Formats: sequence, structure tokens, C-alpha cells
Amino acid sequence: MHNIVKLVAQRMALGLLVLFIVSLIIAAGVDALPGDLCQEMQGQSATAETLEACRKEIGLDKALPLRYADWLGGILKGDFGVSLANGRQISELIGSRLGNTFFLAGLAAIISVPLALALGILAALYRNGIYDRGVNVVTLSSISFPEFFIAYILILWLSVNWGWFPSLSNVGGDTPLAERAYKSLLPALTLTLVVVAHMMRMTRASIINLLASPYIEMASLKGMTKSRIILKHALPNAWAPIVNVVVLNLAYLIVGVVVVEVVFVYPGLGELMVDSVRKRDIPVVQACASIFAATYIILNMTADILSIVTNPRLLHPK
Amino acid sequence: MSSDGGKGDLLLTMRGLRIEGQSDEEWHEIVKGVDLDLHRGEVLGLIGESGAGKSTIGLAAMGFARPGCRISAGEIVFDGVDLMKASESTKRKLRGVRIAYVAQSAAASFNPAHRLIDQFSEGPVEHGVSGRAEAESDARELYGKLLLPDPDRIGYRYPHQVSGGQLQRAMTAMAMACRPDLIIFDEPTTALDVTTQIEVLATIKNIVEEFDTAAIYITHDLAVVAQMADRIKVLRFGETVEEADTATMMTSPQQEYTKTLWAVRSFKKEPIPAKSKEPLVSVKNVTAAYGAVPVLHDVSFDIYRGKTVAVVGESGSGKSTTARVITGLLPPREGQVLVNGEPLPGDYRHRTKAQLRHAQMIYQMADTAVNPKQRIREIIGRPVSFYLGLSGRRLEERIRELLSLIELEPDKFIDRFPGELSGGQKQRICIARALAAEPEFIICDEVTSALDQIVAEGILRLLDRLQRELDLAYMFITHDLATVRAISDEVVVMLKGRIVEQGPREEMFTPPHHEYTDLLLSSVPEMDPHWLDDLMERRRRDGMMASTSTS
Repeated sequence: MHNIVKLVAQRMALGLLVLFIVSLIIAAGVDALPGDLCQEMQGQSATAETLEACRKEIGLDKALPLRYADWLGGILKGDFGVSLANGRQISELIGSRLGNTFFLAGLAAIISVPLALALGILAALYRNGIYDRGVNVVTLSSISFPEFFIAYILILWLSVNWGWFPSLSNVGGDTPLAERAYKSLLPALTLTLVVVAHMMRMTRASIINLLASPYIEMASLKGMTKSRIILKHALPNAWAPIVNVVVLNLAYLIVGVVVVEVVFVYPGLGELMVDSVRKRDIPVVQACASIFAATYIILNMTADILSIVTNPRLLHPK
Repeated sequence: MSSDGGKGDLLLTMRGLRIEGQSDEEWHEIVKGVDLDLHRGEVLGLIGESGAGKSTIGLAAMGFARPGCRISAGEIVFDGVDLMKASESTKRKLRGVRIAYVAQSAAASFNPAHRLIDQFSEGPVEHGVSGRAEAESDARELYGKLLLPDPDRIGYRYPHQVSGGQLQRAMTAMAMACRPDLIIFDEPTTALDVTTQIEVLATIKNIVEEFDTAAIYITHDLAVVAQMADRIKVLRFGETVEEADTATMMTSPQQEYTKTLWAVRSFKKEPIPAKSKEPLVSVKNVTAAYGAVPVLHDVSFDIYRGKTVAVVGESGSGKSTTARVITGLLPPREGQVLVNGEPLPGDYRHRTKAQLRHAQMIYQMADTAVNPKQRIREIIGRPVSFYLGLSGRRLEERIRELLSLIELEPDKFIDRFPGELSGGQKQRICIARALAAEPEFIICDEVTSALDQIVAEGILRLLDRLQRELDLAYMFITHDLATVRAISDEVVVMLKGRIVEQGPREEMFTPPHHEYTDLLLSSVPEMDPHWLDDLMERRRRDGMMASTSTS
């Protein structure tokens, strides 16, 4: 156990370092965007004087390193700063949106992860059969369509034609859980269709990859049933690659859902970020991007740790 | 133990068994009409080179064919059940319960994700033979019978926490879990060191006798099969060559092929007179470590031009590490390596091309030591152009010369890929690649261990011829004492990173020996069918088992 604590501590330290580097890149990237908030707000009526006054007022006249240092100092104190566009606290602005994004991602994950694992395990069990081919065709098709296309198809059938679900997911802070889940179900289904294929195929491939191992042959020669061989002998050794793909997809569910959020007018973080980029509201963009980066880092770290915990060689050293 | 006396009725019969394997979309026959009878409590030895179909026949006795293989014709009857006609579920219920299997590599055949005792109990519990608690207590008892250390607790370890010899015994225990009528042993000791092998052999033999289990014992090692089997069946290219009870087979084999198998260990090189007094390579007081783990302690020996030094020891004794120090892959902590009296830099990156050229390596696994995507021309040509700067027609000529030198026809082989070659031919290519640099000194790391005896002998003869013609010095790493006896001039015996004994071959093989050399020598199986029993008896008297049973 001691080793694992040490390893996790190392990974965390590395994660923080990566986060710091990412924040530098974001700051540089955002700075490289053409135009700024003042130009955006004043539009055609801008003059050199008004622009300068505006920049001075919101601190845009300072050099990039200085602005970055201010921002970093604030973050370390837990202060994300204020939005340049409307003067609201960013933490407040992001708070509810972040909750919404996590809720949608969580809902999609609860549906898609068990589904993908089950489909993958069954595909490995009945490999090269009709079921296997069928499930491959279906999941590959669903991943090949753009998300907004799937979203509109689902809206057309499940919402417009049959009227089962609302096409707008306008959830608010006080929406009760059941209603929230009901309203978020269509975007969650869309996301499920997008991510299931990866996870299912990786589950199938990782298991099949192991079926040529001598210990699988041994299990057959001990007279074990096919399903027991897959579940008890292959799956426990296949976790590492599966977990990694699952985690990548979870990260996608959190950071890659902008299009789906826009289609369903779902008030999530992606929508906020796109909006803020348009307005050149740099502190908000920076905060969103940092949160997304942190999500990736934390999830990947989780994948690493899970790969270790599921590997007896690392968990039980000699 | 004779085949006609006290043994029971027929347990397994095979008639006209034919098995096909698929390669390149075509089915080829690997087993071509084999008949086999096995009585209750009898041990049948199946012997032959690789490709003889031994394992395939062993698996067929369980009604099992590996993926890519199919049993195409014949009859397999196990205790009244026709395995060719039986349903998958009928066969499944026999496997593990009445017919069990012990695989060659226990390390690969135990599931790394589960503890040993869980894998032991799985069979009895899933087949409804006994409950979990009962199975566990039985496991502890069997672990004890198989002389595993700490039998009450060893089962709660994971496979990677247990040594190879222990795993092989744990696997035998697992096969015994449901007290089967028949166990298939598929080369169970081939992957083990000679000192470990003997303990596993002895425990397997005892437990099979104790439970009166019938067994099919598959091996390519004659001396081993002589110890284990009541009856021996010799196979070649999927056909029976001959079959007889062990004593008859050992003393008077009838077929020519069997006689060549028996004669294989006869190669012994003629001693070469010493030519120079100055050593070509000297390893001086080398101490080396992987990270913080020390592996070599104060190792010193000399290798003379035109001579062979055999380095012997069990796995983990530091043989290959010594080779890594000499080639500069592992810089030593202390000490140095001298060539022609000049010290070499410890790290190969600091050595000159000429220094690198003089020491070449040949590896155990020819399969993995050549790039499968390169033609033979490139594999051999690369060192020729790199070290000697030849190109164009002269390069081509040199490659052809090298191929002739290793007795492979240049026209036939030069444009082939390694995948189109047999194991022995691949090893010859590796030899040619080493020769391409025109070295004075070649390190051979277990070069014959992965080969059949007849093929291995061919390689040894080739190396011997090359040594005479080119005046090469060899450092020959091996754990096989028969090979040492065949090719060495000098012997270095290593144990736990130290040299325990060294000297000329004749001296090493004549008593008195160092205690460990004695253990090594006495562990090499001999053809005499009573050898194992006698040796165990002797060691029990001497109390040596007690000190070595933990290996």
C-alpha cells in the first residue's frame, strides 16, 4: 500500500505541474486571439482614446506576464476574478454551469459505461457471430455521424414525432432531480451514442487479445464455462486498457460537449466558454479552460491509479 | 512399475487419430493416424522433437484442439466416453475433474489476477466436487505433499510472488484438485533449471504414484522421460516411430530414428592446444548492480584466443549480466574488462568501433533477435557495411560467403525473411550476423536452449568448426551441463552473482567438486530409469533436500 500512496503523490505533483504549464499555454493562446473585449464592446464607434480608456479600466493595458501573474495570484487564493463583460464573480458564474455539465456528463456516463462494458463483453463472448457484427455496425454507425446530426434525429423522433422527451433542456438551479434527469435525457442519450462505440470496442478487443494466453487455455482445460472464462479470467487482466479508454471518454463527456449543449440549449460550461470566447472575456475563458484541463488531468490520473490497483503485480509486490 | 503387471483396465484409447492445423488458409495434417492405449495408473511418455505433435496429441486426450487446429478423424475414447462424439458440455465436465492438464510454463498458465489457492479451488467448487473451505484445506495438504515451503500460506500468494519451480508444483497440485483419473503433463520441467527440475520431477512422480493417477508425460528430454514413464512412445512428424516399455526402449531401441535420438549427446569437441599465454579477454574483479540491487560480486576470469569458456549456473546467477558487462551494456560498479591487455570503457557508448567489433553476441531466442521485416541479406549485410565498410558487389559477395560458412545455400536463403526459416536456421543466421563483424570473441547466451537436441547438436558442431577455422574465442553461457561437457575448454560455475568454482573442463567434471558444482552435476538426469529414485534416496540420506527444497 505504501508504494501506491507514494505513486499517487508523485502523479498529483506531476498533475499540478502539467496544470501550471497548461495555464501558461492558455494565457498565451487567449492573448493571441485577434481583438479584445473593448473592441468587441465598442464595435464601429471605437476611437483610439475610448479604447485606451476602456483597456486601462479593466487592466488590459498591462503586459501579459503581469496579467498572468495577477490571475495566478488570484487563483492561488481561490479567486477566479470577475468577468470583464458583466462584472460578475467568475466563480459564481461558473459554479452553476459546472454543476450542470457534471450532471449531464454523469448521467451520460451512468448510461454509457455499463452499456459499453456489457456490449463489449457479450461481443467478446459471441465473437465473430451475428450479434458481434451487429453491435459493431450499430456502434460504428453512431460514432460516424456528427453529434448534432444524432441530436436532431433524436429530437425528431423522441421529441417532435412521439413527444416523449422535451427538446429543450432548460434546467435551472432549482429544478428537482427527477425533472432535471428527464429534461437532460435527450442530450445524455446523444452523448451515449457518441461514446459507446470506443469503450465497447476496446472492451471487446482487450478481452479477445487475452484469449490466446496460456492461462485462458488452462481455464478451458479446467472445464470452465465460456462466460466464466471471459468474466473471471480475461476481464480482470483487461482492465488497464479498458479503464484508460473509459476515462478518456468521460473526459470527453465533460469537455467535449459544446455542440450538444448548444443544440439542446443546455446551460453548461461549454456553452459559457464559447460565449466568452466570442466576447473576448478572457478571465472566463481562462477559468473554463483551466477547469477542463484539470478534469483531463484528474481523470487520467484516476485511470493510472485504477490500472495499478487492478494489477496484482503492482498491488502485491514480491 | 511395468506396463503389463499390476496396472488396471484401459482408461484411454485413441485409434487412427488425425489432427489438422491451419496455416495460410490451408489445412495441414500435424498428427497422421496415431494409436494410443493407456491403462489406469499407468504413465506413458510421449517423446519427440518439436513439431512431432506431442502436445497436440496430449490435448486431444482431453477432446481439446487449440484454435487453428481440428481433430479431423479417428476415435478417442476416455473411460467409455467417445470424446469425438461427446457434446462440448460433456467434455467440459470431464476436464479438470477426470482429466487434468499441467502446462509447460506455469508462470504463463496461472492467471496473474488471482491467488494460487483461488485458482486451485475454482475447479472443485465450479464442478461441484467439494465446497470452498474443503477445497482450500485440500490445497494446503497437497501443497505440503508437493514439498512447497509454508504450505498453509503459500496459496494466498499471487503467481508472480512465487518462483518457477514452486509454481510448477502448485500447478501439479491444482491438477490433482479433483483427483482426476488422468493428468497430461506437457513438458512441465522444460523451463526450469536443472536443480529445480529434479525436485519437481521427484514430487510429481511421488504424487502420481500415491494417488495411482494415470499420466501422459510429454517431453523432448529422454533422460527425463526415462525417470517418469512406464512406457515410452516415440513420435516424429505426427506419426508413431515405435513404442515399448521404458526398460526395453532405453536398452534396445529398434528404429533408426530412435537410435539417433539416443545418440545425440555423443558430441564432444576435441581439445584445442593452447596457442597463446596472454588472455584475449579478461574480466577483472567486476562488481555490478541493477540500480540498488547488486548482481555481480567480484567476478574474474580470462578467455583465451581460440578457446571456449562455459559459464554455468541457474537463472539469476549472473551469467547474462556478466555478458552485459563485457559488451558494455551494463557499466560495472567496480573492476574492468580488458581486451588484449587494454582496458575497455565500461559503457559501450564510449567504446570505439573497433572495440565494439571485436565482441559480438548470439542470443537464446533467435526468433526475437532478428528483425522479422528484414531479409537475410539486410540482417547479415548491415554489420558487414557498418564495421567493414563494404558495399555493392563486395558486400554481396561477403554475405554469400558468410551464408556458405554457416552451411546455408546462399541462393536459396539470401532473399528470405526470418519467418520462412526454421528455428535452427534462424540461429545460424544469428551466428552469421555475429561473424559478419569479423570478431575475435563471441558471447553465446544460451544459444541452444530453445532448440531440439538434434538441431542443437548441429549448431554446436557448426560453432566448433568455426572456432577452429577462424580461431574464435567463445564465452558460452548455459544452464545445460551436457552442452558444457560437449563444447567447453574451461568452465566457470556461478551462483548468486559469484564464481564458486572455475577451471579446465576435465578438472570440473572429475571429483572432488565444490558443493554447488556437485549439486549441479548430480542433478543432470541420466538415461538410467532408476537414476531419479536412487538419487532421491541418496539425497534424503545426506539431508540435502532439506537445504535446497526452498528453491
